[in-house]
Amino acid sequence: MKIVLENLTKIFPSRNKNSGEEVVAVNNFSFTIPDGKLIGLLGPSGCGKSTTLYMISGLQKPSGGKIFFGDDDVTEVSTESRGIGLVFQNYALYPHLTVKQNILFPLQNLRGKDKMTKEAMLERAQEVARLVQIDELMDRKPSELSGGQQQRVAIARALVKMPRVLLLDEPLSNLDARLRLQTREEIRRIQKETNITTVFVTHDQEEAMSISDMIVVMKLGVVQQIGQPQEVYDNPENLFVAKFLGTPPINVFSGEVRGGRLFIGGADVLPAPGVPDQQVHVGIRPEGFILDPNGALECKLSNVEVMGRDVSVVSTHEASSNPFVRSIIDADNKVDLSAGAVRFSLKPHKVFLFSKDDEKRIRIEVK
Amino acid sequence: MVDSKHQWKAWLYLAPALVLLLVFTVWPIINTVRLAFLEGYNSLAAVNQEEVITFSVGIKNFQDVVNYHGFRTALVNTALLTVITVPLSTLLALLIAVALNSIKPLQKFFQTVFFLPYVTNSIAIGMVFAAMFNIVGNPNIARLTKSVGIINNIIEALGGTRVNWINAGSEYWANMVVLIVYIVWNALPFKILVLLGGLQSVNKQYYDAAKVDSTPRWRVFTKITVPLLSPMIAYVVITGFIGGFKEYTSIVGIFGETMGPPGASDSPLNTIVGMIYDVLPKQDYGLASAAALILFGIIFVVTMINMWVSKKRVHY
Repeated sequence: MKIVLENLTKIFPSRNKNSGEEVVAVNNFSFTIPDGKLIGLLGPSGCGKSTTLYMISGLQKPSGGKIFFGDDDVTEVSTESRGIGLVFQNYALYPHLTVKQNILFPLQNLRGKDKMTKEAMLERAQEVARLVQIDELMDRKPSELSGGQQQRVAIARALVKMPRVLLLDEPLSNLDARLRLQTREEIRRIQKETNITTVFVTHDQEEAMSISDMIVVMKLGVVQQIGQPQEVYDNPENLFVAKFLGTPPINVFSGEVRGGRLFIGGADVLPAPGVPDQQVHVGIRPEGFILDPNGALECKLSNVEVMGRDVSVVSTHEASSNPFVRSIIDADNKVDLSAGAVRFSLKPHKVFLFSKDDEKRIRIEVK
Repeated sequence: MVDSKHQWKAWLYLAPALVLLLVFTVWPIINTVRLAFLEGYNSLAAVNQEEVITFSVGIKNFQDVVNYHGFRTALVNTALLTVITVPLSTLLALLIAVALNSIKPLQKFFQTVFFLPYVTNSIAIGMVFAAMFNIVGNPNIARLTKSVGIINNIIEALGGTRVNWINAGSEYWANMVVLIVYIVWNALPFKILVLLGGLQSVNKQYYDAAKVDSTPRWRVFTKITVPLLSPMIAYVVITGFIGGFKEYTSIVGIFGETMGPPGASDSPLNTIVGMIYDVLPKQDYGLASAAALILFGIIFVVTMINMWVSKKRVHY
């Protein structure tokens, strides 16, 4: 089931009636989520990603725009009739029911032609429980489960009625780091196995990048970029997206383009053909640095962190917008700490230019 | 734990409360038990300075209570009123609380309206109820009737025949209906308050989850609201039973101290607490104490049953 969002807008009225200031939580969001894909809505808190999810679920009414499931316009359809599965951030498992009763609950609500016999319900519940690997815990109460187990019960409850669309609201935020890694793979596996169109919300870019077919980066209610994770990472459309994706984060310098060449702090670092002369933000991914004794970019060395596979070189540069420049280089390279300075040359495809006016990407013509 | 060196300080701070409790709660309880088991106790004889009179210990007082001419009536009335009014008022309070919780405009206003009986004197309410059900004049002879009370006005307006609710010659069931209406109405505010408080603290996400699961309204009520409120429901039921067995003021409020309609003999609407107050002016402290202990026993057993049931049914 594909989901079509058409000019979706949500405006929250101001709390203070006199000031009349409205909050635009989601602004004119149009996007078609392809059938059977896993989509990550990504952004810092307050960017409208959860609001978008809740509008798809029907728990919140859009102020404008339309939502289609397949070809059905569901904008005015109540949550009850949308046929969605939703996993809440805090799971919202019914605390007085056992795992089995929680999973059976949506099935027992089915009426009319969808009504199932008791045996069929139990069988379906068992099946879903096996899928999320909680079939051993069926008689426990939610309070007797760990966070990860509760999370899986919540997914089972959302999946059991074979929803047209599965929605997950920050599904991993309550789990510890190890469990998070494991569970996100599990979500990916379950989604692949069931092939249900899935939308999930997260503020963790790594989480979104690792399991999504496509990510939607949002900021203050406005969609910044939509695309496959790698594509968005390699080709950010503005400074915000570039800064938001990637750990360690991208290094930003102030630079200048003069005569088709890019200068950082007076040093001529890269050719920039086709770019008019101007001041620019220069974003360089940590992996875009190459240790090079003849490199154009000279930084003051402050620290070297060895991380096994890689070495992270922490240095400073007066043109850098961040206090430190962090570069990741292969561990085979030996860095001389006593030198006090380190020189880099740059990988052109890891360097992005952004306009100083609107922080939009300035593309360098590729010959 | 307080350092043992400074424990006297703790006791000092506790002293005012402890002294009051000992004098006005603990000692009366002990004394009640003592009096209940002393046979033929006489307060004047007990303070006689000249000769020391000892009373024999036994269960005669309890036998006297059970054989007391009004005991059966009191027991039946008390049990009947409690068993009918507690479930009725709890159910009504639950429905009203859910309704109040689901409306936005005027919620505070209705909350206040429903809470009014709680802050009104119950004797005063009783008198208002008496006026509403009262027939002024001779209820049995139409031409001698001056007024039939607002309830009968309504019944007649709806085409019914008026009922002699509480006046001379009224029947037992009519008296009971008036009492039940009064007691239920009087019990509502506290229950609504507790249940509404409970409802407002229920995580709204469960209701969102129920919506996502396409749960019909009735099922949301029975499968989610009631179980999640069950600790509060258990609380109002248990305190309701305890209060119900101590029913007294409502009857005095409507029928006066005769505990029955005018002209009726033997207080047909008496309750156990009413009975205790009956015998007190006759200086029969032994009998009153024994009756109080019997009442305590009943309440204790009923509360134990309540706790036992709620253990299975309540989800904490």
